[in-house]
Amino acid sequence: MTETTSVAGPPPVTRTATAAGPATARRDGRRLSPGRIVAWTVMAAIVLITVLPFYWILRTALSTNTGLAAHPAGPLPVDPTAGGFERALGLQSAEEAIAQGGAGGGLKFWRYLLNSALVSTLITVCQILFSAMAAYAFARLRWRGRDTVFALFLAGLMVPAVFTLLPNFVLIKELGLVDSLLGIALPTMFMTPFAVFFLRQFFMNVPREVEEAALLDGAGKVRVFFRVLLPMASAPVLTLSVLTYITSWNDYFWPLMVSYSDSSRVLTVALAVFRAQNPQSGTDWSGLMAATLIAALPMLLLFGVFARRIVGTIGFTGIK
Amino acid sequence: MTVVSNSPPSRLRGDGRLAVLFVAPALLGFVVFLLWPTLRGVYLSFTSFNLLTPAEWVGLDNYVRMVHDPIFWDSLRVTVVYVVVNIGVQTVSALAIAVLLQRLTQSSVLRGIVLTPYLMSNVVAGVVWLWILDTQLGIGNEIVAGLGLDRIPFLADETWAVPVIALINVWRHVGYTALLLFAGLQAIPNDMYEAAKVDGASEWRMFWRITMPLLRPVLAVVLIMTVIGSFQVFDTVAVTTAGGPANATNVLQYYIYGAAFGRFQFGYASAMSVALLVVLSAITFVQYRLTRAGQTDLG
Repeated sequence: MTETTSVAGPPPVTRTATAAGPATARRDGRRLSPGRIVAWTVMAAIVLITVLPFYWILRTALSTNTGLAAHPAGPLPVDPTAGGFERALGLQSAEEAIAQGGAGGGLKFWRYLLNSALVSTLITVCQILFSAMAAYAFARLRWRGRDTVFALFLAGLMVPAVFTLLPNFVLIKELGLVDSLLGIALPTMFMTPFAVFFLRQFFMNVPREVEEAALLDGAGKVRVFFRVLLPMASAPVLTLSVLTYITSWNDYFWPLMVSYSDSSRVLTVALAVFRAQNPQSGTDWSGLMAATLIAALPMLLLFGVFARRIVGTIGFTGIK
Repeated sequence: MTVVSNSPPSRLRGDGRLAVLFVAPALLGFVVFLLWPTLRGVYLSFTSFNLLTPAEWVGLDNYVRMVHDPIFWDSLRVTVVYVVVNIGVQTVSALAIAVLLQRLTQSSVLRGIVLTPYLMSNVVAGVVWLWILDTQLGIGNEIVAGLGLDRIPFLADETWAVPVIALINVWRHVGYTALLLFAGLQAIPNDMYEAAKVDGASEWRMFWRITMPLLRPVLAVVLIMTVIGSFQVFDTVAVTTAGGPANATNVLQYYIYGAAFGRFQFGYASAMSVALLVVLSAITFVQYRLTRAGQTDLG
């Protein structure tokens, strides 16, 4: 399921991302009313439901399959082992893997990890750069047909992501790019209407004086864009980049259509293949959970690095 | 040198050339990978295209077939059930989380935590919950059994499967939706709550009298976005139940995928895609019309 991402520009000046509540709110916090106790209980429940599955992945990945069957509810890893990770990364021989309850189908997770990283990087870098350039042309340059072309982009927002997948597959096939990383990246590599729309909103709000001062200094418009406006847009560009990276990293439907072999297989598809290799009766849960952890960890780390800057800027951009 | 606003014609022409340069890559991508495929998708729905031989025009055949296809109607019904459960639970939960983050605590750490499931793919979320809800070994069923109840085959039972998949996707997306709503709540001035508090209003009353009316436009847009996303469910179904048991989770997008890549009926699959497009456009239009009333100055 591809969700339309929506991010807002920098939050209004009056509220910074880490703004603590006003003093009054904090004073209330010390006075524990029954209502607040209930509210905190609900909040704690939400956090537990959010976080516990992550712990359970880790606990399962570090257990042996026989241990899991013997102690399904033990809170700690059963017979701690790295076997699950070894199977997920294809470090075990088939016999060894089958002996430990694996499917024995060789998986090249390093390869898939690299493929995912390549595709996501290619999509993110190109999509953000080209979208920013177009957004600047729509927001700041005067040219004939500008509003017509922009209206076309806005209409593009109305097309559900999933609608273009089948015809795009036919196109990629005609281009001879099926089963290639480029084939996976191409459709979203140049732009998404949302990225263009969102960055245009930001450039519209940059005071003209900033640009004019630079132009008066004799800089050309190209230079002004790359040296002045793009750096000013670093906050929304960063948020958009991280969200784009996460979205392309997590995409499954499109790569599933386009990739057939290891050479272009990305992590999401590999994980689904790994899951399908396992009969429901004797699933290699330990190996499977190790694989999900390997697939999810890079995004958790990426988010960990940028969390503070991103959480404050994810928001809502009204289409007015 | 005059100010730019009454720029000389030369500057305009320069802009034109520069604009072409700046717009070209995005416009190329737009035309080749969005506009053309959209038109082609509609065209293919009127053909018997099967990927192997050139497309032949068959008029409305695919649409006639669709109307008479019980599996199509059933998959539409399954999808609607999924959307109702998914959107119902997700909207209420996201609203609750957003309000708690606004009124109870301003912790950005908590905001980061609720977003973590969003960082993993639907595939990962599906596989993880498949394990947690496994009938024999899953911790979820251990808890059910611990409560003295019979184990529930959550994803292998016709009644349970669709709501469970809907809830798995709520788990993955609710934090993101909550943050979108939270951003909308940030626009409501705190003075309004302070003033209401002075008048002795309870938090419950403030929620209904201040928060809901002022958040309505934001909520409407977020709702349109999430409903459209929800209708396109595919990944989670593909990795958990593969449409089973007995087509109980055969959502529309999964059926379309099967028609195209399982049976190479690209023309028929395209017709069903067009049907979905029409449904989504109608929903967007209706929601937009319904929510234009009651726009506020905030948000």
